[in-house]
Amino acid sequence: MFKITNDQMPKLLKAIAETKDLFLPINNNGVTNFGFYKEDCTPDLDTLRTVKSAKDAFFPQSEGLYAVTTEDGKFTISEEEYCNKDFVVFGVRPCDVRSFVVLDKVFLSDPVDTYYAARREHGIVVSLACHQPDESCFCATFDIDAAEPEADVAMWNIEGGYAWEAKTEKGQALTESIKALLEEADVAKEVETEKNCIRTILSVLPNSKLDVSAFGAGKTDDLFNSPMWTELSNACLGCGTCTFSCPTCQCYDIKDFNTGHGVSRYRCWDSCMYHDFTLCAHGTNRQTQMQRFRQRFMHKLVYFPDREGMFSCVGCGRCVDKCPQSLNIVKVIKRMGGNSNV
Amino acid sequence: MSMNNSEWKPKIVAFCCNWCSYAGADLAGSSRLAYPADVKIIRVPCSCRVNPMFILRAFQKGADGVILCGCHPGDCHYSTGNYYARRRMTTLFSMLDFLGVEKNRTHVEWVSAAEGVKFSATMNKFIEQVRELGPNVRLEDIRCKQN
Amino acid sequence: MQAELIARAKALLADGTVARVLGWRKGDTDFNAEPAVFETAESLDEFVYDGFCGANLSKYMIKNSKLEGKTLVFLKPCDTYSFNQLIKENRINRDNTYIIAVGCYGKLDINKIKAAGNKAILSVAEEGATLKIHTAYGDAEMAREEAVLDRCKVCKGGKHVVYDELASFVDEEKPAAEGRFDEVKKLEAMKPEERFAFWQGELSRCIRCNACRNVCPACSCIKCIFDNNNYDAAQKVNTSSFEEQMFHIIRAWHVAGRCTDCGECSRVCPENIPLHLLNRKFISDINEFYGEFQAGEDTTSRAPLTNFTTDDVEPSIVKERG
Repeated sequence: MFKITNDQMPKLLKAIAETKDLFLPINNNGVTNFGFYKEDCTPDLDTLRTVKSAKDAFFPQSEGLYAVTTEDGKFTISEEEYCNKDFVVFGVRPCDVRSFVVLDKVFLSDPVDTYYAARREHGIVVSLACHQPDESCFCATFDIDAAEPEADVAMWNIEGGYAWEAKTEKGQALTESIKALLEEADVAKEVETEKNCIRTILSVLPNSKLDVSAFGAGKTDDLFNSPMWTELSNACLGCGTCTFSCPTCQCYDIKDFNTGHGVSRYRCWDSCMYHDFTLCAHGTNRQTQMQRFRQRFMHKLVYFPDREGMFSCVGCGRCVDKCPQSLNIVKVIKRMGGNSNV
Repeated sequence: MSMNNSEWKPKIVAFCCNWCSYAGADLAGSSRLAYPADVKIIRVPCSCRVNPMFILRAFQKGADGVILCGCHPGDCHYSTGNYYARRRMTTLFSMLDFLGVEKNRTHVEWVSAAEGVKFSATMNKFIEQVRELGPNVRLEDIRCKQN
Repeated sequence: MQAELIARAKALLADGTVARVLGWRKGDTDFNAEPAVFETAESLDEFVYDGFCGANLSKYMIKNSKLEGKTLVFLKPCDTYSFNQLIKENRINRDNTYIIAVGCYGKLDINKIKAAGNKAILSVAEEGATLKIHTAYGDAEMAREEAVLDRCKVCKGGKHVVYDELASFVDEEKPAAEGRFDEVKKLEAMKPEERFAFWQGELSRCIRCNACRNVCPACSCIKCIFDNNNYDAAQKVNTSSFEEQMFHIIRAWHVAGRCTDCGECSRVCPENIPLHLLNRKFISDINEFYGEFQAGEDTTSRAPLTNFTTDDVEPSIVKERG
């Protein structure tokens, strides 16, 4: 195991950024989001949760697919290149790391999403255990251990800096490339203390391990027609805050933009909370906000387990914190399932 | 794009109302009064037909300056259209200024059908203003850039 | 005060004056109450009214006032302006509503409590001017004043402009706060390039979730222009930063003269973009150019941008005032 001190951290980030693109939490006017490292940016590894999740690294909110330009009646098509260069996603929390597994199920199963696959192949994930989890965290509900990141490299906050441990070959290669800045140290004991700290706090948080036995594969008939949905969704504004901050939401739309001298085709995240989601010639199959609201939670808690054998929620708590009207998946789970920590 | 300001020509979009300013432009033309060909005139039924989105879209698609011309206040073909346009453009221009867009990129001028001279003078003056500012970068959409 | 409201709501439900009650329902924490409709006396036991009930309920009345029977709604002073504005725009059926005006001492912002360093908050109790915060990492206190929403710092005052009855704890005389336009003036004093950099920094965070639009009581169009699929910027995010910029300019402009400055847009923004500054800039301009105007104060006057006088200022004023 290695140690990196707090004052060495900026040098480490700079060193990584010299050879690879570095995607990490950056503070902009007091708000922290993932973004690409620039010389003058303010990296922020202390904020527990970025507003948007780390999924932008592999599945950006919008990306160009190709552009068509016309000149003298001739078309030229220029395709967007696939990601072909290694990059590092730094400071990803264990819940977000698990979200990549959920996204893999969708994008890497047949037919493979080639844009996503290329990024996934070149991405190296450096995860940071959750020092001081928050009250809205409920990752343990989905058997995620906030103290034990499952990435290429795992990091823990320890006295004066961070512990660093490579977990995979990719992680080892990254470690080799910046070895000069890491200090070989026996910090196993300190890491153990940090893990215990994290687990102790999680054990007193009210929602850390919710009872989800009412959900899962095969529960569609039990839950679909529940009268609770109307009540739960009544205040829903139909905005996309929950979907866009969610690390596992994976729906997108493909659109064309008329540039005046051609067309630029791009894809962007879509939200099942929007009334024109999957709009077809015949209209839409979900007419009311209740139906859209139900779709979102049924998808995460029932349909996805039906198809893929796992929940597609990772308990990061972003939607809990961010919903404008305080509607969220925890309330859904509590009201329709068990009301207690297990 | 490497262009210095001397060879660079600003693109101007001019929204002209059908009843006064468009006719004023015609008069300027038939009176052989010169104004640069980089002014692209878009004829609208009334100055109040121009909604703020038109102005922003013009900038997005490559305009360096946008000017709105209508009948003089009190002379609107539809009686009051230009009064509404006046309030709209005042608040919109003020907002663009608030967002940091150069205020000389936008302009409103009342030009009657008899004012061909005024039309050409206005355009020449406006183009000079915009030329001093250089290309529009604050309200551009890089996708719409050619080349 | 909460007990008083519950008792009154139960009484009005029981005697048939109203068919339902629009209020706030207790959340699973002290700080996540949600807007809710109550139809029975028993369900009202979950009703809550405290410092965290910041949501403006007036927009929900568009839907509820069209239902059969009257709907009882609780409105804070600033909410009544939004409500009045919606009456003016014929979006709410006033005959189908029963308004109980509730007092407000400034609503709390959980993000500010968190920003003060409180993590894993288990409970927040209001004790006079102090908040007692109990967290998994220990207990803390903070002044209530430091935790109120930005919009409440420039409160429009305690007056309700429309209501059927006043709750007992209402202070109609509470004065309006000073300095509503200070932030706008601060920006106006900057150089254009500084202002541009400021707004780029803020608007570049926009994720186009549309929460600002969907929560806005003035944004009550059945179909928004940004929902038009034949149009390049329909709702979802675009690959160019231009679209976000345009969305916010046009959205603010569409509500100019109708925006009551209720501040919901900034409250709900997940990225903390100070959207209220755009609206407030329009309000300040309208006041300056066309005379003082407060949207929602009455239900009959014409909005400034659907009105004119023959001697209005010319658009060149923007350049002339420096």
